[in-house]
Amino acid sequence: MANKLLEMKNISKSFPGVQALSEVDFNIDKGEVHALVGENGAGKSTLMKVLTGIHPDYEKGQIFYKGEEVRFKSPAEAQAAGLAIIHQELELIPELTVAENVFLGREPGRGWINKRKLKANTKKIFEEMGIEININKKIKNLTIGKQQMVEIAKAISQDAEIIAMDEPTSSLSQQEVKILFDLIQDLKNDGIGIIYISHHLEEIFEICDRVTVLRDGNKIKEQLVSETDRDEIVRQMVGRDVEDRFPEFDAKIGEPIFEVKNLSVPDLITDVSFQVKKGEIFGLAGLMGAGRSEIARAIYGLYKNRAGDIYLEGKKLDINSPGDAIDNGIYYLTENRKDEGLIPELSVGANMSLSILEQLTFVRGVISKRKEKSLVKDFISKLDVRTPGPWQLIKNLSGGNQQKVILGRVLSTDPKVIIMDEPTRGIDVGAKHEIYQLMEELAADGVTIIFISSELPEILNLTSRVGVIYNGRLQGIIDGSDVTQESIMNLATGGS
Amino acid sequence: MENAESKMNFKYILQFLGKFKAGIGLLALVIVMSFLSDRFLSLPNMLNIFRQVSIMGIMAVGMTMVILSQGIDLSVGSLLALSGAVTAGFMAGDGNMVLAILAGLAVGTGLGLFNGLMISKANLPDFIVTLAMMSIARGLVLVYTGGRPISGFDPAFRIIGGGRVGMVPIPVIIFAVILVIGYLVLNKTTFGRYIYAVGGNKQAARLAGINTDSIKIKVYAISGFLAAVSGIILTSRLNSAQPTAGVAYELDVIAMVVLGGTSLTGGKGSVGGTLIGALIIGVLNNSLNLLGVASFYQEVAKGLVILVAVLLDSLQHRD
Repeated sequence: MANKLLEMKNISKSFPGVQALSEVDFNIDKGEVHALVGENGAGKSTLMKVLTGIHPDYEKGQIFYKGEEVRFKSPAEAQAAGLAIIHQELELIPELTVAENVFLGREPGRGWINKRKLKANTKKIFEEMGIEININKKIKNLTIGKQQMVEIAKAISQDAEIIAMDEPTSSLSQQEVKILFDLIQDLKNDGIGIIYISHHLEEIFEICDRVTVLRDGNKIKEQLVSETDRDEIVRQMVGRDVEDRFPEFDAKIGEPIFEVKNLSVPDLITDVSFQVKKGEIFGLAGLMGAGRSEIARAIYGLYKNRAGDIYLEGKKLDINSPGDAIDNGIYYLTENRKDEGLIPELSVGANMSLSILEQLTFVRGVISKRKEKSLVKDFISKLDVRTPGPWQLIKNLSGGNQQKVILGRVLSTDPKVIIMDEPTRGIDVGAKHEIYQLMEELAADGVTIIFISSELPEILNLTSRVGVIYNGRLQGIIDGSDVTQESIMNLATGGS
Repeated sequence: MENAESKMNFKYILQFLGKFKAGIGLLALVIVMSFLSDRFLSLPNMLNIFRQVSIMGIMAVGMTMVILSQGIDLSVGSLLALSGAVTAGFMAGDGNMVLAILAGLAVGTGLGLFNGLMISKANLPDFIVTLAMMSIARGLVLVYTGGRPISGFDPAFRIIGGGRVGMVPIPVIIFAVILVIGYLVLNKTTFGRYIYAVGGNKQAARLAGINTDSIKIKVYAISGFLAAVSGIILTSRLNSAQPTAGVAYELDVIAMVVLGGTSLTGGKGSVGGTLIGALIIGVLNNSLNLLGVASFYQEVAKGLVILVAVLLDSLQHRD
């Protein structure tokens, strides 16, 4: 067993009221990519936190690292031993350069930083990785994909022997994903063990050797990737059969209802025009940073220097703020739930009623608790939000349930057009399915949905037409049977 | 295993205590003092404490809203002085008392509004704008008064700060009314809910359709208005407007809000907490006086109490 790099045995960890992990085993060999999958709340993150010293107080179990029993007391200790973790939310300092970030806290030189050496060392690492990057650029000026490479470079510079990656591709473009996978392959060949956490099951079949499925803090199964398939893993994750991943539906698409004409925002989007029909789910595809969200935000009144016109039901709208957009029946569901969606210290109920509060009053400005309660109860049951009650703080809910609360906020305003920006990002398979279902119900009720997604299967299965954005422009609209992964990627990369 | 369990129970107890720690702290202070001094628990002394905290307490209600909206208002001490001086100035020349009071309130509210406009529309940091206003308003007080106190008012004006209804001083009644209004605004109105939303996550509030600029502006206008109310009460009580009135009040006012458990990062807290915070400061000052502690040491003691309160808060929120 010389190859065994890490062995976690019988790990149990509880939090007040929750058994987060019960007797979970997990191990990793040299040069292996071992996937860890499960729904949100299954225990993946907790297991990683136990491993890397963030939760040194696990009640039961042992960890053997290179044959020796260890219990890391802090992330720094784990890091020093050669365990690096790359979190979903990257932990780089935006105002520092690439080189300064890679060697943060371990700068060459004594007291004075030896800048020349710092740059040379950084350069060497990126050369070995085969990644082209300007190491003098500040992090804030890099794409998320490049930032991820910096995190990996940091791990390599620390001579990491195990690198855990938590949802590494969630914000990457297809090209960047490819670069990442090539890099993972190289790391593998160097004998580094990789723990790969992802909701994207396709990726697991692409680059992982083994896969361990967790559910409710229990290890359900560990298996070789070559000996299982996607459906089996999904079954293990949710503990039941998930009927068609995308529900079938008959679109009853009506007349054009919403139109954008010559929409432009300097430096972001140029001359975008399109029409969407009543009850249609219209896809907006494109690579990260192409300008999809910017189009949505421009429609929603978030840019002061927007040019172009927006029409709803033939009427030209004057939208200068999100409030104007909502009043006119347009709602934008942000891709950035944490930073732009949740009010963490408010309850589920208060988060849900926020956009329609003015109508839940008995005199102007005074909230009617009764009206608010009945609205909130309605949407909690309609959207099947799993919460102990409307009073629960939203920050205590899982990602999928938080998203449903925000969806409740959107739906409470009874919008005619909803722009959904990556509505299923970072949420588990079950909740994803429910959101797809909801989108189709809404469309069937005549609501128009503009659906922005980086996950092509979602776009392919849910939309009737897809507008593809490239470099801030609408590169083309694909219709009906022409909508394929290839045709979208072709336009998204600048083809025609 | 057993150790872990007892540790967990301990954590629950801590959480429970944490929720009411300001109240528990106040209660402890009162109990200890009632043993140390027999004058402490007397009704006149209690009313005295309430009267002493009422002027800053009124401002603390406004500050609670400001801090809940993730702001800070350093200008309240100076606005108090300026509003008091303007009221006094209008009245001193045989002017109309009502008009003078309205003028004072208008100055406080107007400059508060200006703070809000600078912060929201010009997008400047709260701290800097109100720091500048602290200096500007203080300077204006000195210009307006020529550095000398203004006095000589209608005797009726003295009632505001010095009068009583039964045994209860009028400033205490005004404080109570403003507290109740503050509570109702924060808990029952859409505006109050929006204050929490803006302070909790401004961008999310904006995307939800809330006019966040307008909330910010209103909150600072309210803070300025309440500083003016305090300034008028103080002027009445002293029967003169002092150019140095209210110096460093903003710090005690912020301390009251923070002691009451309102988070400086916004979106979390209550005026109920602020009342307790105000009483802690009041009881502390009163106790140290009764015990004959020199005023220099009182400052040290107050600072330590604030530090301990914030420390407890941070321990409680640690994972």
